[in-house]
Amino acid sequence: MEILCLGLSHHTAPVEIRERFAIAEARAGELARELASYPGLSEGVVVSTCNRVEFYAVAHEPGRGFDLLRQFLCERGLDVDGAGFFERLADDGVRHLFRVVSGLESMVLGETEILGQVKKAYQAAQDARATSRHLNKLFQRAFNVAKEVRTQTNITRGSVSVGSVAVELAEKIFGKLTSCRVMILGAGETSELTAGALQARGVKTLFVANRSHERAVALAEKMGGSALHFDDWTSQFGEVDILIGSTAAPHHVLTREKLAPIMAKRRHRPLFCIDLAVPRDIDPAVNQLEGVYLYDIDSLQSIASQSMEERRQELGVCQKLIERHVGEFSDWFAKPHPLGNPVGGLPMRNNGGASAPGGAASGGTAPQSV
Amino acid sequence: MDRTALVASTACFLLGFAHTMHALGARVYRRSLLNFFATFCGFLLQTVWLYQRGQTVGRCPLTTLFDVLVFLGWSVALIYMATGATYRLSLLGALTSPLVFLLQASALLMPMPVLEKGVSPVNPWLEFHAAVSVVAYGAFALAGIAGVMLLVQERQLKTHKLHSFFFHLPPIHDLATANRRLLYFGFALLTAGLLSGLRQGMAHVNLLRVVSISIWLLYAFLCIALGVRRIAPRRASWLAIGAFAVLLLTVWTVQIVSKG
Repeated sequence: MEILCLGLSHHTAPVEIRERFAIAEARAGELARELASYPGLSEGVVVSTCNRVEFYAVAHEPGRGFDLLRQFLCERGLDVDGAGFFERLADDGVRHLFRVVSGLESMVLGETEILGQVKKAYQAAQDARATSRHLNKLFQRAFNVAKEVRTQTNITRGSVSVGSVAVELAEKIFGKLTSCRVMILGAGETSELTAGALQARGVKTLFVANRSHERAVALAEKMGGSALHFDDWTSQFGEVDILIGSTAAPHHVLTREKLAPIMAKRRHRPLFCIDLAVPRDIDPAVNQLEGVYLYDIDSLQSIASQSMEERRQELGVCQKLIERHVGEFSDWFAKPHPLGNPVGGLPMRNNGGASAPGGAASGGTAPQSV
Repeated sequence: MDRTALVASTACFLLGFAHTMHALGARVYRRSLLNFFATFCGFLLQTVWLYQRGQTVGRCPLTTLFDVLVFLGWSVALIYMATGATYRLSLLGALTSPLVFLLQASALLMPMPVLEKGVSPVNPWLEFHAAVSVVAYGAFALAGIAGVMLLVQERQLKTHKLHSFFFHLPPIHDLATANRRLLYFGFALLTAGLLSGLRQGMAHVNLLRVVSISIWLLYAFLCIALGVRRIAPRRASWLAIGAFAVLLLTVWTVQIVSKG
């Protein structure tokens, strides 16, 4: 018996290839069930995201697993030859899954969305009764590894995009963002993305001011905010907590002289200024005013790069942690099961609820024909 | 009198202190229950020691600088225990252990005064005055800690240099709120303590009374500045730190002068 993984990812194949092999969420469980009942294989999980398509299976005879897996896919019109598929066998396959769920194989190092996607894929396979003792144990262990990596290392720390850095800074100034008011000066794409990230964290009130009022109205409608005439933007400014500047103005739109009297009326309510424009919209001298926190595009990008660098530095710690779990899983896998391992191409019954940690107890041993 | 419970209590706070410093140094500070349990055990041992001390002297043990420092540490731990989980598990809560450790370690460096049971009857108003005033000092100490954290966080945000502890410090808005509330809470207790002291009459103006009223005036000014003048959080933090430093210095000076 050996665990194997056949897959392709953004590391090995461009999007044109990946999209050919993408499997709809609704089909993943069914395909896993077919995989688990294929002669010579037992158990199957199909993981398909925008960055990867991976097939996990348990082969009965060592050395033949990948041929069977390729044959299985070929019979379903998925010709994997020359498409950039990689093969991971036994410990390598286990290690690969642990790295995937921990975000170490993701395009954005340390991202956590992949864990939810793999959980869904595993759940679909479970619902289709395509998993049993080995893959239940493997995936449950993988989820524990991901949790450990996330809590015991800094691999997910910090934000790695301009929008998420802006959100993180805003939360360090205001705490919850639900009562914060945001004003966008200049309806650019980056400002829209940044405002969208702030809205996703609870911001409800949004003003948009743009030289072309039609564009301001369009963006305000799209984001559920209010449009202002550009000449009137200062009228609402006293109420604003976060200002996003991204106009094409060749000079500073907001200067220290203009802001100082407004800040005096705000009774020490802080103001977070995000200047995404080049040339800059906001005079750097406003950062010297009490309660004003100014970040331009360079400083936001610098924080994002610093966070990414810190994540890279954590890779060694994560790998060490993963290796320990690979070793422990390998020891468990090598132990003979008290009721023997199933053979003959029949997947084992799932027992209907293999979500308990450890998985071994939940995977039944009675063969099941499908 | 045996100081075993006090030494054990200090060791508990040292454990919390070491855990905080190690976690910050290793850049993996996480919310941890270890600090809470260390402080909880330390608080219980403090309470045992203060109870024994109270039994020995037959009154609230606040007659020497040694006792005052321990009682102040107990007050800080009490507020820590009485506040919600969010506070307890945040870095603000974690920094309680170092503060209490420093207060108690300072006390333990001194010889513990041997006190006999007082022969004069215990005056409950004076006991209340002393105890409540020291609990108020505990609140002021925590306001000072919140102030330090706000200044650190503010500096990081202004200079764009985000250190590892940036991620563990609470938002500026929350720190400003904590600072303000702790000052108000402490001031309310201090006022209650002062009023109970005044109930005994102020006919005899002595150093202790002058100091008590001066400290009350200092914090009254601070609370008015916060509530009426609405001073900026940054300035409020500096004032909270400065006022607590003055308070500590004054208590220490009074003890020295009283001995002299």
